[in-house]
Amino acid sequence: MQNIVERLLNGDRRALARMVTLIENETPQARRYLTELHQHAGHAHIVGVTGAPGAGKSTLVTRLVRELRQRDHKVGVVAVDPTSPFSGGAILGDRIRMMELAGDPNVFIRSMASRGSLGGLAAATRDVVRAMDAAGYDTIIIETVGTGQAEVEVMRAAQTVLVVVAPGMGDEIQAIKAGILEIADIFVVSKADKAGADQTVAELAMLLSLDPNRRKTAWRIPILKTSSIKQQGIEQLVDSLQQHHQSLVETGQLEQRAQRQVRSELQTLVLHAVMDALKAEVSEEEWAALIADITKRERDPYTVASELQARIGLKS
Amino acid sequence: MADTRPIRVLVAKPGLDGHDRGAKIIARALRDAGMEVIYTGIRQTPEMIVEAAIQEDVDAVLMSILSGAHMAIFPKVMELLKQNDVDDILVAAGGILPDEDIPAIKEMGIKGCFGPGTPTDEIINFVRANIPAQRLAAEV
Repeated sequence: MQNIVERLLNGDRRALARMVTLIENETPQARRYLTELHQHAGHAHIVGVTGAPGAGKSTLVTRLVRELRQRDHKVGVVAVDPTSPFSGGAILGDRIRMMELAGDPNVFIRSMASRGSLGGLAAATRDVVRAMDAAGYDTIIIETVGTGQAEVEVMRAAQTVLVVVAPGMGDEIQAIKAGILEIADIFVVSKADKAGADQTVAELAMLLSLDPNRRKTAWRIPILKTSSIKQQGIEQLVDSLQQHHQSLVETGQLEQRAQRQVRSELQTLVLHAVMDALKAEVSEEEWAALIADITKRERDPYTVASELQARIGLKS
Repeated sequence: MADTRPIRVLVAKPGLDGHDRGAKIIARALRDAGMEVIYTGIRQTPEMIVEAAIQEDVDAVLMSILSGAHMAIFPKVMELLKQNDVDDILVAAGGILPDEDIPAIKEMGIKGCFGPGTPTDEIINFVRANIPAQRLAAEV
């Protein structure tokens, strides 16, 4: 029997599914497999879809996948939903909207719980995308949890970011302008069959017009209306996705974004290693004693931190 | 880490019944017990359920059915799981399952049958106790 990496590279869906589980659970094998998978990835167009809860992300993703399938793309979807901060459990319901995609062997959908990450993705999302990329999916769509203002982690995982805004959220646009407005490569006004869609488009256009950098970049952020009920706007959206990807390639932005992502990934990996080393070096009892000393003001946190750093071999 | 990872469960409603309050109660209870529950919604075909079980790599599939089609649908699901070599997950059923059908259902490899009024704790404990050990341990 072939090993799981070979099976995954040969398109075995069960191998991919199991790989995702190993990655999610941060098992030691996963790390080993990912080092092999890395060289096989890098071909997919990675699209992030984000927006407030109920904005229509899952429905939009479903329609996007259908259109991409028409254009003969093999499509992977990673749909993230929140983990309960109380029980650690989660209800992953994005498949409900994606029912119509069932039965197509060139579509692979995986639900992920956020497991305590706060940026709109799960900690392992990037690695899961890497596995799908290596498995030969042409387009990989990451659907974030329903976001508010600051969950912008998707920009560090995707090449093209869609921000979905439903009409009738006039003030909401004000609310999202700080974080989410800045990460959109394409705005999608969903539910365009509803009243107020044009106003939402106008408000977004106004906000974009206030951006002082808007004339400096080659890519003009489009605002596209879609209606899943009336089946409108999806073809134009997929055209726009492909144009954005092309623009990234032509302007060298794709390379720059990749470098930015690798930098943040490396930092995260090293931070994790430091945390692990610290865990191995300092027992729970010692932590408790150190913390007690500091809270009683017998010692100070800065000196203690320097000592701990030295013990795990870090220069201070 | 591998030994404390959340259990992943698919809660599925096969057949044509349009009422899924029971399934939602179970999904919620499993969530509150710390499990990751993939809920697929109503009117799932056996093919859709098995496909979702594969892609989501779940530890357990719980099917709820009220319409009386269980003796047609359950064998199909079990057959498709077998065809796809998915032999290491727990399958259980709930809903309206007449007593006289239960031996036949268990014969198919469906380990648990839970009728209306079953305390949710009983189902949580059943799931925890019956996930095949090799799934939670080996991870290869």
